[in-house]
This record gives sequence, structure tokens and C-alpha cells, in this order.
Amino acid sequence: MKNNLACFKSCFNRGICAENPTFRLMLGLCPTLAVTVTLENGLAMGLAATFVLIGSNIIISLIRNFVPSEVRIPCYILVIATFVTIVKLVLQAYFPLLYAKLGLFVDIMVVNCIILGRAEAFASKNQVFLSIADAFGMGIGFTLATGAIGAIREIIGSGKLLGIPLGAGYFTPALIMILPPGAFLTIGLIMAFLNKMQALSCARQKAN
Amino acid sequence: MQIDFSKIFAIVIASIFVNNFVLARFLGLCPFIGISRKLDVALGMGISMTFVVTMSSIITWPIYHYILLPYNLGYLSIIIFILVIACFVQVVEIFVRKFNPILYKALGIYLPLITCNCVVLFVTLLNAQDRLSFAESTVQGFSAGVGFAVALVLMTSIRERLDTADLPKSITGAPIAFIVAALMSLAFLGFSGLNLIR
Repeated sequence: MKNNLACFKSCFNRGICAENPTFRLMLGLCPTLAVTVTLENGLAMGLAATFVLIGSNIIISLIRNFVPSEVRIPCYILVIATFVTIVKLVLQAYFPLLYAKLGLFVDIMVVNCIILGRAEAFASKNQVFLSIADAFGMGIGFTLATGAIGAIREIIGSGKLLGIPLGAGYFTPALIMILPPGAFLTIGLIMAFLNKMQALSCARQKAN
Repeated sequence: MQIDFSKIFAIVIASIFVNNFVLARFLGLCPFIGISRKLDVALGMGISMTFVVTMSSIITWPIYHYILLPYNLGYLSIIIFILVIACFVQVVEIFVRKFNPILYKALGIYLPLITCNCVVLFVTLLNAQDRLSFAESTVQGFSAGVGFAVALVLMTSIRERLDTADLPKSITGAPIAFIVAALMSLAFLGFSGLNLIR
């Protein structure tokens, strides 16, 4: 049991840091950039993707021994599409304002490479327990990334965080950050920063 | 059925320039960042993409308007559309491999990738959401593909130059690609002043 727990933990941690889907694997970029105009949108998109990831990872891991390998991809896509439809209907029913902002990008999650990638690379080869851990880790890593990009763009682009004005009068927000170029710029700079950090920590390890 | 040419013209300009599917709507970014290394590869991808998006728009339109809408099955559109696209791409791949091996060699490797590209699904869903007519959806599909190809080819040409540039180590690769994309997107933002649909 203890061994299992350690496995669970390592599967969980991997998605957040070492294999962060957005910054390290560069998967699922479209929703990451398109909807992250505010922190709220970023978190909502991240949580929606996490739900779909967990649901599809559980089902795919359960059916992994019954699906012939030639038709596995269409089967996985069907499972994912079902969960995406569930998320879409729930959002439309209970959070119509949020759905109006995210729009078709919720639907587009069907072809999000993170979800299909985890189904193919992990859930189709591992048992349910570990697949859940993997889905959780990847989902949280994705949510952290969308949240971070959303927060940066919201603060610089509209001078607010979660709709609350910050530092009123001290700076003028730069509109460009909430327009499309701002998204590309933010993710590029965050990636460069992470690369630099990694290079520095490697150099420090070598010096020791 | 009357075809409104001014609207069709507006759709073409809007989806290639004003709302470019890559640079303004952030679709198909994975190949945009991942494949933009060699110009001929980018061209092949762009052409296959245009073909698949156009054909998917043509195929999904009757399905949505004659099957899903009359029976109130609109909520199934995601599942049905992705299945139709996946099957269509598979059929094209088999067909091309059988009848035109040269074309298959040139385009075949990109076809499976395209199933998983958000542009295709997004365009078909957008056609359905906006209730575009058959001619309009076909044109929207085609110009979405062209817009994707334009962005991909431009990006690739820039990145071919970047390979020889002397960049700081932590910024080479993906980060500089994104920063270049930001500048291109800034340039395309200039088109947003065009107001074509009255």
C-alpha cells in the first residue's frame, strides 16, 4: 500500500512540475491562450479540462483491455467528447455567463492534445488508480498554467485581479495584454524565464 | 437560394486576415509552433489542412441541418462532428495511399495529425452556431484553411532565419517562437480596423 501511495504521489507531481503540460510539453496551447484574458476565465478553463481529464482517464483505463488497438483513437475521442458535452451542458445550465465568455473553446477541448495525449500515453497502459493520479496532476498543472497566464494578463492588461481593481491611479493598464499579442508574449516570456531558472539550478548543482 | 456575395467576401477577408484562425483566435497552435521548421513541410501541412477543413465544412453542413436540427439533437454536434471528421480523414488517407502514392508520400504523414487539430472542429462548430448557409460555410472552411496556411508559412520563413541568429540560450526554441508570434499577431491586429459586415 505504501508503495502504491508513493507511485500515486510521483504520478501526481509529474504533471505539475517536471512535465507541466503547458510549459514543458507544450500541449493544449489553444485554450490556454485563447481564454486566459482574466484569472477567472483561466481557472474555469483549467478546472473544466481537469474534470474531462479525470473522467476520460478513468473510463479509458477501465476499457483499456477490451478496445482493439486499431480503433483505439476513435474510441478515446468518443469518450472524451462525451465528457466534454457533459461539461458544456453543465456550464450552459449553471454558469451561463462563464459559458458565454469561454464559448466554443469548451467544445474544442475534445481535440485538446493534453487529454488525448494522457489517454494514449498513460491511461491506456496503467490501472485506474494511477490514471486518476496522473489526470489530477496534469489537470492541476494545466490549471496553474492557465491561472498564471490569466492573472498576468488581467493585472497588466486591465489593472484588475478577479475583477477587483488594483493600484488605482498608479498605473495605466496596457490594453495590448488582453488582446491576442499579449497572450503570445506572456507565454513566451514565462517559458524563457522557466528555462533560465532551470539553467541556473543546473549550474548550481554542478558547482556543488 | 440566393448567394450574398458581399457577405462571402466579408467572410473570406475576416477569416484570413481580421480574425486569422491562428493569430487572432489561437487555433491550431500545436502545429504552428511544432511544425514551423521547414518551408516545404509547412506548405504541405497548409495544403492538406485547407483541403480537410473545406471538405469537413461541406460534409457536416447537411448533417447538422438535415439530421441534427430537425430532431433536436443539436447538443450531440460535438460528438457527431468529431466522428465525421475522424472518419473522413481516415477515408482520405486510405484513398490517397491507394490511388496516388506520390501525393501520399507528400501529404500522408500530416493527415492523421489534422484530425486532432482544433481548427477543423472549431470551423464546423462555428458554421453550425452561426447558422451559415451552405455556400457560406464552404467558403468559411476554405478561407480558414488558407488563413492557417498563410500564418504557418510566414512563421516558418521567419523561423528559418532565426535558426542562424545568435540568441540567448534560454530563449531559443519555443519562447522566441511565441515572441515572434506575438509580433505577427500585432501586425495582424492592424486588420481589425476593417469593418466589412454591415
